[in-house]
Amino acid sequence: MSREYETVIGLEVHVELATKTKIFCGCKTDFGGAPNTHTCPICTGMPGALPILNKKVVEYAMAVGIATNCEITKYSKFDRKNYFYPDNPQNYQISQLYLPICRNGKVEIEVGGVKKEIGIHEIHMEEDAGKLVHDEWEDVSIVDYNRSGVPLIEIVSEPDMRSADEVIAYLEKLRQTIQYLGASDCKLNEGSMRADVNISVRKIGQKEFGTRTEMKNLNSFKAISHAIEGETERQIELLEMNREVIQETRRWDDNKESSKSMRSKEDAKDYRYFPDPDLPPICIPDEWIQKVKDNQPELREEKLERYKKDYDISEYDASLITESKHLADLFEETTAICNKPKRVVNFILGELLRLLKEKEMDDSDISFSPENFAKLIELVDSGVVNSTVSKQVFGEIFENNVDPEVYIKENNLMVVNDDGELEKVIEEVISANPKSVEDYKAGKKKAIGFLVGQTMKAMQGKANPGKVNQILTEKLQ
Amino acid sequence: MSAHKITDEVIEYVGILAKLDLNDEQKEKAKKDMEEMLEYVDKLNELDTSDIEPMTHIFPIENVFREDEVTNSDGKEATLLNAPEKKDDGFKVPKTIEG
Repeated sequence: MSREYETVIGLEVHVELATKTKIFCGCKTDFGGAPNTHTCPICTGMPGALPILNKKVVEYAMAVGIATNCEITKYSKFDRKNYFYPDNPQNYQISQLYLPICRNGKVEIEVGGVKKEIGIHEIHMEEDAGKLVHDEWEDVSIVDYNRSGVPLIEIVSEPDMRSADEVIAYLEKLRQTIQYLGASDCKLNEGSMRADVNISVRKIGQKEFGTRTEMKNLNSFKAISHAIEGETERQIELLEMNREVIQETRRWDDNKESSKSMRSKEDAKDYRYFPDPDLPPICIPDEWIQKVKDNQPELREEKLERYKKDYDISEYDASLITESKHLADLFEETTAICNKPKRVVNFILGELLRLLKEKEMDDSDISFSPENFAKLIELVDSGVVNSTVSKQVFGEIFENNVDPEVYIKENNLMVVNDDGELEKVIEEVISANPKSVEDYKAGKKKAIGFLVGQTMKAMQGKANPGKVNQILTEKLQ
Repeated sequence: MSAHKITDEVIEYVGILAKLDLNDEQKEKAKKDMEEMLEYVDKLNELDTSDIEPMTHIFPIENVFREDEVTNSDGKEATLLNAPEKKDDGFKVPKTIEG
């Protein structure tokens, strides 16, 4: 039935900026500090405390705006958004309503080979709220203000997306761009990137938008796409029963895979926005915009071009590895040491991606050193370890950042280059497996694979499979 | 009789937004106060401001910034002195609905 309808989606994406300090005070922004240690009278809203704007916040916001083709607002200011909630100690959030720093941008996404532009309505700067923890034993909540005043940008898209796939592609694009800029680490699971999704449905061909709902508490790409599918279904069912969709905020429950109404949405007028008298306006002359432009780091497209020129790797591999700034950095740093780009790429796109997926980790969580990685590449290249053992050693580097040289020595994992020992083992394998030998001699050439496998097993993986194959072939003549 | 009538519904709604529980007497008083405030705003509206640029700040200053440098150390103790009730180094508050 859903074929008659289309889903219209717009996103509000909050991104915590990678500044060392908060937006209006000199408190740290590190994630995970002991409760209330990163606080002062300003970020806890004490009477008389005066906020002073962190210049780096303006520059990061401009950098993201420039990278997403926005116009930079030359005369920008802050407003107070008033609401009462314990995570908000001032009883207002300092945000930008009337003159946001960036407007009218766009980014290009690609889904199933089709390119599409997603409009960006605006990007504004604001402060994050504190964190509420619900107590397990008592019927109370506990507030930690470490996050209060951490700088955010909110990127508001136009309602240009039509499917969960487009939403994910848009988010991936934003994340990639912002990570390349170094403006944020964009971790959904730690909340440094958060998306609120506005969803409505309408009959295909209908011009007006349907009534939208806003979905909150989406902490992963998977949750986002399930929520979009679930909410689309829910709204279509209501319309099919001739009932109305109510404009409201809904909270997604990832375990139950369903959402429930949080509260009816407060109108903009309920927030009683007004200019913040504590913060003078921001005037951005052309020279400042130019300076930020000149300082923009290499973005993905430029990096890709450079890789094609500088490294002997395929275009396809180059495009995969530049999808993530973290992988690209690891590739460049490792290759700078060992100068074996092909081997480095193969390890990253093979073993590394496999391990990240298996352990459900983000590539920003990679913590081993390029030095140890490069050392392993050298050891493989010079034949000290074979490819089977190298994967095992790589797993150790990945987990514990071990020095591969030391690890290989300690665990006696070097390839055995003593042909005498190898021949002895091969003869044992041959005499223990008469059936395979017979098959091989009868013309079933594949049978040799089994014998190679048995030999490698007996050698605990420390032989060169090519060499095993060669000796076996000779002996079976 | 005021030109602006604050209805029971409006005062009820403002009370909800402000998280205030008003009794009938307080409501009547608040209604009167708000009506007077709106009248005063009407008075301001008598001025012709069509040629005047909206003011964004009372002083003619702009671009007051600080550098991104950590200047504050552990502020937990001082901050928690302001907590009417605490638990686990946090402010203890009535249970909030998640969100």
